[in-house]
Amino acid sequence: MAEATTPVPPAAKTAARAEKAEKKLVITLATMTPEMMSLQEHFGADLIQPAPNEGVLIADSARLADVALFLHDELHLESIANATATDYVKEGYIELVYHAQHITGGLPLCFKTRVPRGDADTVGLPSLTPLYPGVEFQEREIYDLYGVRFNGHPDLRRILLWEGFNGYPMRKDWHEAYYEQDTKPYDSRWPGGTHRLAEERVPWADNVNYPPNFNPDEYKGIPDAGLYDTMRAEAPTGGPTDTPFLATGIQTDELIVNMGPQHPSTHGVLRMVVKLDGETITDLKLVLGYLHRNHEKIAERNTWLHNIPFTDRLDYITGMPNEMGYVQGVEKLMKIKPTERADYLRVIMCELTRVASHFWSIGFLLNDLGAFYTPALYFITEREFVMDLFDEITGSRMMNNYMRFGGVARDVTPAQFERIRYLVTDRFPKAIDEMERLLSDNEIVRARTIGVGYLSADRCVAYSVTGPVLRASGVPYDLRRSDPYSLYDRFDFDVPVLYGGDVYDRYRVRVLEMRQSLRILEQALAQIEQTKVGDIQAGKKAYVHRVPAGEVYSRVETPKGELGFYMVSDGGQNAYRYHVRSASFINLTALKEMTVGMKVADAVVILGSLDIVLGEVDR
Amino acid sequence: MSLLGSGILKGLGVTLKHFIQTYAEDFKYIGKKAGIEPRPLRRQNPGNHGMVTIEYPKEHMVMPENFRYIPFLVKDTVTNEDKCTSCGICAKVCPPQCIWILRTEDPMTKRPVPAPKEFHIDTSVCMNCGFCAEFCPFDAIKMDHNYEITSMSNRKTELIFDKDRLMMPDTYHAGIHPADWARELEDKKAEEAKKKAAAEAKAVADAKKAAAAAAGTPAGPATKTAPATKTAPTPKPPAAAAPAEPAQ
Amino acid sequence: MADAETNLPGTSAVEIKNDPRVPAELNNNVFITTLDKIYNWGRKRSMWPMLFGLACCAIEMICTAAARYDLARFGWELMRPSPRQADLMIVSGTVTKKMVPQIVRLYNQMPQPRYVIAMGACATGGGPFKEGYNVVSGIDKFLPVDVYIPGCPPRPEALMHGFVKLQEKIEKQSLRTVSWYQPGGDDVVPVPMLGPDMVDLRRSAEIAEKTRA
Repeated sequence: MAEATTPVPPAAKTAARAEKAEKKLVITLATMTPEMMSLQEHFGADLIQPAPNEGVLIADSARLADVALFLHDELHLESIANATATDYVKEGYIELVYHAQHITGGLPLCFKTRVPRGDADTVGLPSLTPLYPGVEFQEREIYDLYGVRFNGHPDLRRILLWEGFNGYPMRKDWHEAYYEQDTKPYDSRWPGGTHRLAEERVPWADNVNYPPNFNPDEYKGIPDAGLYDTMRAEAPTGGPTDTPFLATGIQTDELIVNMGPQHPSTHGVLRMVVKLDGETITDLKLVLGYLHRNHEKIAERNTWLHNIPFTDRLDYITGMPNEMGYVQGVEKLMKIKPTERADYLRVIMCELTRVASHFWSIGFLLNDLGAFYTPALYFITEREFVMDLFDEITGSRMMNNYMRFGGVARDVTPAQFERIRYLVTDRFPKAIDEMERLLSDNEIVRARTIGVGYLSADRCVAYSVTGPVLRASGVPYDLRRSDPYSLYDRFDFDVPVLYGGDVYDRYRVRVLEMRQSLRILEQALAQIEQTKVGDIQAGKKAYVHRVPAGEVYSRVETPKGELGFYMVSDGGQNAYRYHVRSASFINLTALKEMTVGMKVADAVVILGSLDIVLGEVDR
Repeated sequence: MSLLGSGILKGLGVTLKHFIQTYAEDFKYIGKKAGIEPRPLRRQNPGNHGMVTIEYPKEHMVMPENFRYIPFLVKDTVTNEDKCTSCGICAKVCPPQCIWILRTEDPMTKRPVPAPKEFHIDTSVCMNCGFCAEFCPFDAIKMDHNYEITSMSNRKTELIFDKDRLMMPDTYHAGIHPADWARELEDKKAEEAKKKAAAEAKAVADAKKAAAAAAGTPAGPATKTAPATKTAPTPKPPAAAAPAEPAQ
Repeated sequence: MADAETNLPGTSAVEIKNDPRVPAELNNNVFITTLDKIYNWGRKRSMWPMLFGLACCAIEMICTAAARYDLARFGWELMRPSPRQADLMIVSGTVTKKMVPQIVRLYNQMPQPRYVIAMGACATGGGPFKEGYNVVSGIDKFLPVDVYIPGCPPRPEALMHGFVKLQEKIEKQSLRTVSWYQPGGDDVVPVPMLGPDMVDLRRSAEIAEKTRA
């Protein structure tokens, strides 16, 4: 390691690295599943081909909608879990990747199509929103970051960035202002690493880049362009006489109100634009991206190991399940398995996180209801005990950085196990009982939440909604059951399902889920006794990981819903494509349908019941 | 259908219980809690009701050993040398790439010397992940427990830590990471024992070789000594030897 | 400002003459230091932070206000969602280019005296996301920051340490020198513009100059 080598110029080094990666890129075609076969039978082998690595490839992107219709109506793939794109810059096309799934469980079906890079933003391809409304935000995200036009999309605007932003940042040939090298570790850090701030080596001394001939004083672009267009289209133009009359006969002006991004009830920096008729919401639009911190772009520069702590910062309340989803995906690519004890520890940490996260979300749901801070205070207190444990075991309260490829970072001592056991068997059940006593029968809570924010089961499925929101609408879909990962097939637990589809049932589902998590924890704590102490890492711990070429869609059930990691490896030290399918982001697609017709005060409650975390929404 | 308002009353009962319990807890710890002197506070036992407030500037919670904040470099107090060999692993595993290491070069031979000339950590970039400490093969970089690092004036001068600011004596490290330190000492002992055994083996082999050479019988002993001479260098990997005996 | 002629009861003339801190022209104005003390003592114990969370650090900020760390002990617990009622902005998390116009606008809306704490590595200098294309490398590019707290995220104690430091800073301020009683002391930061990239309007001439092909 410390051997002397004459410093190779960074450019030459990266070129060599890229060459190496290219040599390793072996294309293995996907094996055809029965569903893929029937798809091929229907459309012919010319259109439907097995794709590299995974899924089927639709040769003609213009026929995407036909294929999707067949998938939806004949194969009964009710929802699209994940839609994303990958930029193959050398091959000259952008590949669109969709993962469609049955809501009854099982593996998702992956289908792909390609558009040439040159005409991606002019010709584009058909949008799937009419069939699968759940892809609405995802298609906008692809349009925003990759510049792929979706024809027929109802509201194709930039979603994470603003209108007028220069370029499509996730494309491989787009470089940010602080661009240093394609992949980490950067050569400037060692051995000749004299400290230099990033500001000192860029022309603007700041994280900005401007196109030529740009004069700020003459710039006419509007960051929110198009936002109000559809909302104002129906707005009265001819004075007060044109306004619609309410049933009561009272004439009101329609009002467009911006809530957020600085608002105490938007759970961070979310912005809701609501159109109000009196106090009733008639339209709602979301403006996202106020916390878009380029997780994916940074992650594609990172090595595989570097990404683990970054995933903690996705949904910063539930660090552990995020890590688990990522680590599992990479393990799948590397074809390794964690040791049994490590797997148990992962499950224990994830379930503790679930309890803590639901405590948090219920507390803040009540905050949104107006019960300012008292319930939240009680539940944060309970959460602190989980934080204490994480602090001791992993070293940090929130950003745990605990899981490694093939294992976990540290073992848990018997004393710590004893404390977890005490929390699980004694303290938390009591706290949950108390929570129910405090809230479940409370008439004000019931009046404010029952029947509010209703979303039917089939709309939930169409919108690709996951997590407690889906289960509160009567769909028994929990990845721990429907596509079991890790050790979840070893535990005896129920998937709580309620049928109200409203805010109250979402709250109740969370409470029931906490009890089930405690059940899982009890079993896991008993079963982990049989494993070998200290056996927490499969193989040798390494910091350089050569991940074989391939792609994977790894998903876990976080407290918010389905968290998926779509990753493409080219055999190098870092991910070629790294995409996060975040539950919070996609659940927000359904927010409009839930809130329209409700009072404005209910909007914050409905938002609270979705339990979004902006770190995961905007990534 | 229960009586309207009973749910609210039930809920109010919970808040009342909490209210009373906070005082009940106070009575339980009367005298103990009223201490004015700052006391090291352990983690609260989850068996207590509610939560005890940590009166922070007056009292500090004891940080668990694994707790990580900003990294620091360890200086060996015995030899007064820094343990870092500027191998660069920490800079490579650092996810936000906030470690800069300038390797020392021998002015004559231009060969690298296993010690950093400059070592910078930008704490305004550092994400406290602990990878540097975890993957350091020389136990030269550790995660600090001191979270009281704020800057009031200039973050560019105060929050970019250079080698002098990062360097801490290993006694400090031993103080905050007792278990880790014990493991290090054990490793060191094992290493020394290994080295000693290797040296002895080598001495024996040399003696044998000499004897064999003197006797002039090449066939038998030569094959015997071969494994011995082979094993001798292996317990001393070139890199691992560096921190124990600095090259100077 | 205190009137030079009015003397507080109990202040002796001897003190007035001997206090070296008082400039010659204000020689009989000694109680101004006492007033400073009272003024700062009141101020530092009743900061009203703005209820304003950006990212991960906001969660730790909420925990700081909760039972275990209890911000109320400082008298700082009254978090106001409206900037007009707040005098402390805790920038708790990653500042993105899309968000920075709003942050600057909020800052401008806060009444003076106003303070800014940059909580966490991201607000201090960009943090782990510094290289991202939508991330502002430190809020101090726009706002005058009083206390920087590195850490990702800083523990609640670290945040409270920042509060203590800010209190120390407030203690040292004097009515005579603070900017908000000086003419032209109202420093309004121009709200950055979102064009092809974030535009700091203070640099617009430079940008136009440099990009001219």
